[in-house]
Amino acid sequence: MKNMKKIVEMEMPSIPDSRREFLIRLLEGTATATVLMVFGPGASAHGPETGISGSLEPAKHNYAYIIDINKCIGCGNCVRACKRENSVPADYFRTWVERYVVRADGVYVDSPNGALEGFEKLNKKFRDNIQLSRTVPKMCNHCHNPPCVQVCPVGATFKSPEGFVLVDHDYCLGCAYCVQACPYAARFINPVKHKSDKCTWCYHRVKKGKLPACVTVCPQKARLFGDLNDVESEVSKIFEKDHWMVLKPEMHTDPTCFYIGLPREVV
Amino acid sequence: METLGLPGGALVNYIFPNNAHVVWSIMIVLYPYITGLVAGAFVVSSMYHVFGVKEFKPIANFALIAAFSFGLFAAVPLLFHLGQPQRAYEIYTTPHTTSAMSIFGYVYSSYLVLLMIEIWIIYRRVFIEKANEATGVMAIFWRVLCLDITTYNPESAQFDKKVAKFLAGIGIPWACLLHGYVGFVFGSVKAVAWWATALQPFIFLSSAIVSGMAMLFVMYSFIMWRRGGHYDYVLVKKFMISLWMAFILDYSLEVLEVTFVSYEQGAHWAVIKPLLLGPLYESYVLGQMGLLSIGPLLVLGIVSLLDIRGKALLYLANLGSLMLVFQVLVMRFNVVVGGQLISKSERGFVDYEFEFFSKEGLLTAIIIFVAPFVTYYVISRFIPIFEGKSMDTEPKRGIL
Repeated sequence: MKNMKKIVEMEMPSIPDSRREFLIRLLEGTATATVLMVFGPGASAHGPETGISGSLEPAKHNYAYIIDINKCIGCGNCVRACKRENSVPADYFRTWVERYVVRADGVYVDSPNGALEGFEKLNKKFRDNIQLSRTVPKMCNHCHNPPCVQVCPVGATFKSPEGFVLVDHDYCLGCAYCVQACPYAARFINPVKHKSDKCTWCYHRVKKGKLPACVTVCPQKARLFGDLNDVESEVSKIFEKDHWMVLKPEMHTDPTCFYIGLPREVV
Repeated sequence: METLGLPGGALVNYIFPNNAHVVWSIMIVLYPYITGLVAGAFVVSSMYHVFGVKEFKPIANFALIAAFSFGLFAAVPLLFHLGQPQRAYEIYTTPHTTSAMSIFGYVYSSYLVLLMIEIWIIYRRVFIEKANEATGVMAIFWRVLCLDITTYNPESAQFDKKVAKFLAGIGIPWACLLHGYVGFVFGSVKAVAWWATALQPFIFLSSAIVSGMAMLFVMYSFIMWRRGGHYDYVLVKKFMISLWMAFILDYSLEVLEVTFVSYEQGAHWAVIKPLLLGPLYESYVLGQMGLLSIGPLLVLGIVSLLDIRGKALLYLANLGSLMLVFQVLVMRFNVVVGGQLISKSERGFVDYEFEFFSKEGLLTAIIIFVAPFVTYYVISRFIPIFEGKSMDTEPKRGIL
């Protein structure tokens, strides 16, 4: 305390100008650097924003995916093709098939291992009094208003002008906010890469003029992929008939994956 | 229609194949919990520094140091959670501003900086004193800390007091923003029925204040016990009344949320009801909303309304505070993990099992949670926290 008294009694010298200036400049520098980092030219170098706000040129393609429930037989070919094509890790799925069995007392749903090996005969307990039975392929809906893109904190997930919702693995933090935001559980954290993973509509194939792997192997042509800008394409013709439905319309995500013959029990 | 306690008329528990794992687990439970402790502790400190509540003066600096100790570790659970923690800096360099999470880095960092400046201003006098007393390496350390200004006079004290009051003043809305923001990160996810409510930011904020106050009291009580039991009973009484009022507000909001969803009988209730009566029955109905809420409401009510003094006051205050520390921890668990137990198939619930040794396991959580207390202990070895040697030159109050 003695020392303290001594200090208090001493005259307070003014802060030298140089130090004051140094501190002011330090603050100015920090503020400028922060503004440049966030809003500067480098900030959007990886360009995730272009897809959401619209690109400068109109997109050449406007891809859509159509799934005809009435044709699907639940063979699981699509799931196997996707796994092979995209090296999808075990227990996770970029696409999977669900079996819906509707009875008077409720709905039975299963998807054993994503229907990788198709489906076994239905359990005897649920075999009687069936009102409806369908197999329903599921995948990323490549929404027009994708919540996953909205919530990505660094813009690693984005929508391309052609309609693909993609993940830039060079930017993904693996925070899983997009996994939470997706109402369709189409996303997962890849246990090998520790980054967000999902169906890309086989972007790498489409870029080369090929179809997504799942579409090519479907024996029933239950899965269709095409360009809505091409009026002659199969998807355009089906789309024009306006018989399609989307999953979880109440989420207002505006999917570009359309279903034909979707039972109302399907979520 | 509900069958066997499952939503959507499901005959068997069906979860989407990618829903088999709870992706936000204990680390994400811990992150809002520690963030809440920061906000709550800061509010206690501001009670004296801004609003001049004299009873809280003995713990104003203690609350600040505690807030800072928690603040240093608030984001650590996130680093353990991230799949690519080495890229965490991207949230500063390329924030995607449509994301509720993207500005967290700025809100959190600016708050921590504010907290540091506030502590620095309040302890500047101590740093100067130490710089004048110390020799060798420590002298350099203290001189750097006081920016080589080694004199302190009454004008300096006056100026520091004004700055501290100003910082504490803007710190209150900042603390509210920090924690309300954490609630918004959850509340804005429409795909998770149990999270999606506009009340979430307010619930997170009010529970943050409750947990911060309760934890602060438990710490105070422990420290005073270690020092020979010199408790300030006037402070204890006032503290408990404030805590009780804060919890009444918090609990009202929590009850309002579930009552509203229940009464509305909307799409969300169809999955939330079986969740609360099923997987969350013990932790939410019996734990969070039952024992751990009714208990403290009664205990703190007795402490606040009746003339209870001495040891009885202390025991009841500790009991109430401890229950609230756990109430908020369980609440964080019920929100974060509970929300993910509803599969997006809307026809089943996900199983969750605690892990102990994994990267995001309980052991990691315990270590991270202990770290702020160790930090507090280390800081308390260097600067006086309860001795009143900061910028306040007035004599110490009470029996502290």
